[in-house]
Amino acid sequence: MGIRFILMVNKQGQTRLAQYYEYLTIEERRALEGEIVRKCLARTEQQCSFVEHRNYKIVYRRYASLFFLVGVDNDENELAILEFIHLLVETMDRHFGNVCELDIMFHLEKAHFMLEEMVMNGCIVETSKSNILAPIQLMDKAS
Amino acid sequence: MALSGMRGLSVFISDIRNCPNKEQERLRVDKELGNVRTRFKNEKGLTHYEKKKYVWKMLYIYMLGYDVDFGHMEAVSLISAPKYPEKQVGYIVTACLLNENHDFLRLAINTVRNDIIGRNETFQCLALTMVGNIGGREFAESLAPDVQKLIISSSCRPLVRKKAALCLLRLYRKNPDVVNVDGWADRMAQLLDERDLGVLTSSMSLLVALVSNNHEAYWSSLPKCVKILERLARNQDVPQEYTYYGIPSPWLQVKTMRALQYFPTIEDPNTRRSLFEVLQRILMGTDVVKNVNKNNASHAVLFEALALVMHLDAEKEMMSQCVALLGKFIAVREPNIRYLGLENMTRMLMVTDVQDIIKRHQAQIITSLKDPDISIRRRALDLLYGMCDVSNAKDIVEEILQYLSTAEFAMREELSLKAAILAEKFAPDLSWYVDVILQLIDKAGDFVSDDIWFRVVQFVTNNEDLQPYAAVKVKEYLDKPAIHETMVKVSAYILGEFGHLLSRRPGCGPKELFNIIHDKLPTVSTSTIPILLSTYAKILMHTQPPDPELQNQIWAIFSKYESCIDVEIQQRAAEYFALSRKGAALMDILAEMPKFPERQSSLIKKAEDAEVDTAEQSAIKLRTQQQMSNALVVTDQRPANGTPLVGQLSLVKVPSMTNNTDVNSADQGLTPENGALTTVDPPQPSADLLGDLLGPLAIEGPPTAIQSQQNIVSGLEGDHAVEATAIVPVDEPQNSVQPIGNIAERFHALCLKDSGVLYEDPHIQIGIKAEWRMYHGRLVLFLGNKNTTPLVSVQAIILPPSHLKIELSLVPETIPPRAQVQCPLEVVNLRPSRDVAVLDFSYKFGNNVANVKLRLPAVLNKFLQPISVSAEEFFPQWRSLSGPPLKLQEVVRGVKPLLLMEMANLFNSFRLIVCPGLDPNPNNLVASTTFFSESTQAMLCLVRIETDPADRTQLRVTIASGDPTLTFELKEFIKEQLVSIPSVPTAPRASPGQAPPAPPVAQPTSSAAALSDPGALLAGLL
Repeated sequence: MGIRFILMVNKQGQTRLAQYYEYLTIEERRALEGEIVRKCLARTEQQCSFVEHRNYKIVYRRYASLFFLVGVDNDENELAILEFIHLLVETMDRHFGNVCELDIMFHLEKAHFMLEEMVMNGCIVETSKSNILAPIQLMDKAS
Repeated sequence: MALSGMRGLSVFISDIRNCPNKEQERLRVDKELGNVRTRFKNEKGLTHYEKKKYVWKMLYIYMLGYDVDFGHMEAVSLISAPKYPEKQVGYIVTACLLNENHDFLRLAINTVRNDIIGRNETFQCLALTMVGNIGGREFAESLAPDVQKLIISSSCRPLVRKKAALCLLRLYRKNPDVVNVDGWADRMAQLLDERDLGVLTSSMSLLVALVSNNHEAYWSSLPKCVKILERLARNQDVPQEYTYYGIPSPWLQVKTMRALQYFPTIEDPNTRRSLFEVLQRILMGTDVVKNVNKNNASHAVLFEALALVMHLDAEKEMMSQCVALLGKFIAVREPNIRYLGLENMTRMLMVTDVQDIIKRHQAQIITSLKDPDISIRRRALDLLYGMCDVSNAKDIVEEILQYLSTAEFAMREELSLKAAILAEKFAPDLSWYVDVILQLIDKAGDFVSDDIWFRVVQFVTNNEDLQPYAAVKVKEYLDKPAIHETMVKVSAYILGEFGHLLSRRPGCGPKELFNIIHDKLPTVSTSTIPILLSTYAKILMHTQPPDPELQNQIWAIFSKYESCIDVEIQQRAAEYFALSRKGAALMDILAEMPKFPERQSSLIKKAEDAEVDTAEQSAIKLRTQQQMSNALVVTDQRPANGTPLVGQLSLVKVPSMTNNTDVNSADQGLTPENGALTTVDPPQPSADLLGDLLGPLAIEGPPTAIQSQQNIVSGLEGDHAVEATAIVPVDEPQNSVQPIGNIAERFHALCLKDSGVLYEDPHIQIGIKAEWRMYHGRLVLFLGNKNTTPLVSVQAIILPPSHLKIELSLVPETIPPRAQVQCPLEVVNLRPSRDVAVLDFSYKFGNNVANVKLRLPAVLNKFLQPISVSAEEFFPQWRSLSGPPLKLQEVVRGVKPLLLMEMANLFNSFRLIVCPGLDPNPNNLVASTTFFSESTQAMLCLVRIETDPADRTQLRVTIASGDPTLTFELKEFIKEQLVSIPSVPTAPRASPGQAPPAPPVAQPTSSAAALSDPGALLAGLL
């Protein structure tokens, strides 16, 4: 099914956004996030962007204080996901202008709207930034 | 800061952020949850705006990891709000908080449907997304038709259709029946004509899910995928918005190539050529550039292209290009590329014939095993494990052992398991295997599971040559000051059994052995003490003449443990104490352990089980399975039928697999007593002693043995059993090796395909792989010894019929334990005939001689090459061959009733290609093929079958070719394939003086006469 979850976590390990595409109970999520954060945040810049964990592969990327962690199936194309993270960041950048952790924190709903336009049921729906942002812009105009 | 327009929410988020610790955060969250709860209680006063605000707060709290067990109704109720902002929140938060089984979701199903079929496309998108994320079976059944309509609707804009495609994907996963394959396959193909890249991206994911379940139905989508790939690769008609760092949608490229990997092959030469052009361009044209994003994106495409090339198993040219690329990748500095290089090289191992090229990179891969990054080390380990074979096992296993001492704990268990398996599978000699396992226990004892040391004991017990060596080795370890407890167990066991073999060596007398073992007793846990006690008893027994001093010492220990609180220890101590006073009788009771029965290594099974399952069948997995079915895996044997053997390596006494009654009696003796006092019963002492010696470990023993026996027998029910046993010559009654699986069925399967298992029994597996070219054939026999002991006196003789020239290369007399030897076989077809070559194969296992006569699948149809002819070619030929002996006609009765379609399939499977439409009568069937032999060279054969729709049991066959013998043989061959089971043994012989004709597809074994006369049966078979 491709993408299992998308997490945004800061370097203190606090979750800033969590979107799951398979159902996990809150306890399972807490445990999973804890394990992944411990594993990924301890890694250095010289190490690769992929970490195997349970039956997931975590593809992750760090932007300043924020880590983007995407859990995928073992046979997913890792580099495609790595660049998908960057596409997500660029899309947020276009909307917020120099996006930072606080933007995502205080505009949780916007971040969700964008993700909603980009990923559905663990599959990529849209990769054109203007298409992704169109509904949000429409709403901003209306309000 | 510009807040999100919901002030309360922003304030709350700020508060949480300012909490100095987790405790404060919890308090703040609890306060807010209380607040929201009271607000929801007086729902009447709440506006949609307020509800929206609170619902976001709930989502935020949920994201922080707190359970939110209320307010779901409010979230769902927002779905029916009239305004977009509220509705949107309702849909999104519902999808986040609820799962598909939630009751509230059912309440919303009508609203959702109204939004989907409504006119407002933004509402449609919201509803489709929510259903796409969490829709369950109920949604699938009620919404699938509407969703399908939206996908193909011409009035719908792309933004709706792309979501509808992924929504359908979800519904399809919940209930595959909602997509009607017949109707949808064409629509799917049409959908791929789409220009909009967003719609294509989603549709491609849908296609991947559909083809992964049923690639046959979606053939028509294949050329479309290639077109899309061409469009992207050439950057034609790709809007700027879909170009990512200059690369036309890398994600769609990747997905499209993924979809193509689910089709087994590409038959259409034009499509294939186009695709390979694109792939070639990707492989050649991907350069390393400075920009990281561009580099990643282009390599994402490149790696997917590599996977596709591997899958399509292209001309070898491209394959070596791939290996070369991967070889380059595993040595680069960029860690991501290094990781992916190793990962893809491991996948490449599945492709035949590239192992040798991969082996050239062994040194680099071993370096990666020491990489600072655990992700990369894992990949390197997997690759080394996969590429290991007899030629490099020593190097690889020693590297793994070396690495073991420095590896992190997380990897040690995996490393030891893999080292143990490789050592077992590919040991050049067994003493090396013993060395490896002992080193493993020494270096990583905590991570060595019991299975591993059980296995080494099994090998040592079964191989006499190994016993003194193992005894010396374990004694060396025992001399060390501190050793792992597992080492104590294995050394005590081995010295107890085989220590007496060393008695002539200095420092290895019974007393010395006892002392060094007994030194360890204070350091071990209660699970080891029983093993030590057994060892003492054995040492005592081997000390002849008895040494009173040693005797008193050991008796003192026994009597001390007679009052031990642990029942197992107590019982053993008491029994050994009593037994050892019996003097000479002890010799019988404590005699050496019998050999263990051969069985699948539980380690390998464990490693297989450890592989995690992902929910969906991945392309790679499917491919692996396809590969495995062709591959001949000697070490991984399971019973051909039914349940696999119980995984535990259970140490139970079954003297040999051939001795059925003994197993049963041993079982009866063992079960009720749980391996203890029946030891005194002389007829079957060793069985119980074994249970006694390793009592706690043998729990699963007896059922395993019985079960495996039953498996073998039950696989041969009814006439199959008769047929299988009939292969065994009657004059050798002790030849009781039972074949696994049905020999005749295996043969018939191999008549239609070119690789597979020809024969298998508990000791050996004979696989075959064949290549045919005109009238030449090259077969390779793979003789795999499944045992831990060598198979000796191996003999293979070919009894060729006169029309085949067969040369078998030398077959070695001995097959080493767990090894596979390959024996190539060259076949030349001199002239047309249906006779079959026979392989007379025999070997010795212990005192048993096994001998089987196996038909080789070098049959007439292997020398056919399909050719399809047009009407202009067919009719002149047909007319020019007029009448016997070049053209023969026969009415055949008693035909197996087949539909014309089925008959066409049958013909095609024999490489007689049916040419539809040539015969104006729809009840007739016309086929053509080319036959090759040295005398006839390439010879066109034409076949016409006229059927009678009123009576499918009879038909008329007409065969024409330029050679009278060929015409006759082919006619008989076709008759054999068509005629139903019982009437065949009387089939006329091809030409007198030759061996009897080949049997028909189905064996005549059900006939009573054949049953009663094994000799006749044998003749019929061969």
